[in-house]
Amino acid sequence: MTRALRLGALRVGYEVRAYFRQGDTVFFTFLFPVVLLTIFSVSFSEANFGQTADGDEITAAWFFLPAMLAAGVLLSGLQNLAIDIAVEKSNGTLKRLAGSPLPVTSYFIGKIGQALATGILQAFVLLILAFTVFRVPLPEDPALWGQFAWIFLLGVTTSAILGIALSSVPRSGASATAVVIPIVLVLQFISGIFLRFSDLPEWLQQVAAIFPVKWMAQGMRSVFLPDELVVLEPNETWNLPGIALALGIWFVVGLVLTVLTFRWVRKNQ
Amino acid sequence: MSAHENVVEVRDLRKTYGDVAAVDGISFEIHRGETFALLGPNGAGKSTTIEILEGYRERTSGEVRVLGTDPWRASLDWKARLGIVLQSSGETGAVTVREQLSHFAALYPNPRDVDEVIAAVGLEHKANSLIRKLSGGQRRRVDVAVGIIGRPELLFLDEPTTGFDPEARRSFWQLVRTLQSEGTTIVLTTHYLDEAAQLGDRAGVIAGGRMVDIAPIDSLGGADARIPIVRWVEGGEAREERTATPGAFVASLIARLGPEPENLEVFRPSLEDVYLDLVGHEHAADLGQEVAS
Repeated sequence: MTRALRLGALRVGYEVRAYFRQGDTVFFTFLFPVVLLTIFSVSFSEANFGQTADGDEITAAWFFLPAMLAAGVLLSGLQNLAIDIAVEKSNGTLKRLAGSPLPVTSYFIGKIGQALATGILQAFVLLILAFTVFRVPLPEDPALWGQFAWIFLLGVTTSAILGIALSSVPRSGASATAVVIPIVLVLQFISGIFLRFSDLPEWLQQVAAIFPVKWMAQGMRSVFLPDELVVLEPNETWNLPGIALALGIWFVVGLVLTVLTFRWVRKNQ
Repeated sequence: MSAHENVVEVRDLRKTYGDVAAVDGISFEIHRGETFALLGPNGAGKSTTIEILEGYRERTSGEVRVLGTDPWRASLDWKARLGIVLQSSGETGAVTVREQLSHFAALYPNPRDVDEVIAAVGLEHKANSLIRKLSGGQRRRVDVAVGIIGRPELLFLDEPTTGFDPEARRSFWQLVRTLQSEGTTIVLTTHYLDEAAQLGDRAGVIAGGRMVDIAPIDSLGGADARIPIVRWVEGGEAREERTATPGAFVASLIARLGPEPENLEVFRPSLEDVYLDLVGHEHAADLGQEVAS
């Protein structure tokens, strides 16, 4: 097991280095939420997102920052890994690894580590942009940052393991984006990433609550939005235990699916 | 470790897909330290056999032991004793030659020195280049380097020199000879019979999922297959005769037909002729296309 962990750590370094050399993934996965936050902040600059208890106006950037942080968690984990692994399965990378004494656990640690490393950096860039350019007030209470840390870590890990599980669905590397992107897009639309969650019909909110993205977005709002806006949430609560439970269940589901479906090499290839 | 310890043992191996038998009951052994060439046209069952030995495919029936273990149920420790150069290079993430080799070296308990391996495959000047920016032949050499970095006891080379220029092929052969002198057991598949003749101790020829011959390379097909052939044209008709005494036979032809029999030739079948005879003519046509393409 220590060997699996040691090689897993080695894989993280290898994966992260390769990730940042891929111009297209860096742009479409890593910088995408940054680009979107900028677009939303500029295009909705006249729209009304309410006021804080102190009478400060809630800007579009402030309103969309938690949504974009949640989108980043989804993209760095689920979208990135589902496509990445499906492509590696098709282009021979996994076949080569299968012939080496690399434990499969180390491979997963490498992928989850890559998602975490890139996700953390992405969140950092989003927060800096929001704070410096769009003047979004960030939480001062350390407890809120602790809350951010656990929601973020649980979110990325769950998102990553679901990405690994989803990677066995595309039949080829070429079809991977066609399979993964629509799933990710639909989830973002119904989970309060692109559209205000409180504007969605209640039945759709309930459908979204089955999936993990809604909970990631809600968790991020609980950290970064002023507490008064809790009235817009379902049952007027941030429901932190619900967030932990939903993400935890999806983590286990992803883990079980991964163990059941992951193969180095497609059968009868 | 006796001199004839078997590194690979295959008995009555079968692999079927539906009603089609890709491998139809083959048996052979590979001894420690030897280089065994597996020859045969495309689709004959070579790659399927190799992939079963490497642990990538499950067999339908038969006995297989590689380094004393069933490859389908093998452990990571077993994998650490193998080196595999797959038939196709595939792609690699955005890493350099040295990064790739250092990474793979770290997976093995007793790896070779990374710089020595890079030098052995002649990529010193490309060590810091991204693998995806290399030419096809250079990428193939990275494959070979990754295959030997773990100091394998048993090395699989599946068409290793496809895409090499003649010079690169010669230096690859030199590298294989070094590995042989270190005691590495090698399983080689190739479409180049000169390569099999240069490197192989013994060869097995597979056609139609069956092992049609297995022998030291210079006695494939049996002694009779190498008996010289005399060809000539007599009365407008092409004739040929296999004979162990071609000189005497030609003398008798001259006595009968005059001093210059029409289109007279005497030739000794080459390895390629013997091979083409073994795999049969329909397969021979495939091979011709393969070599031409």
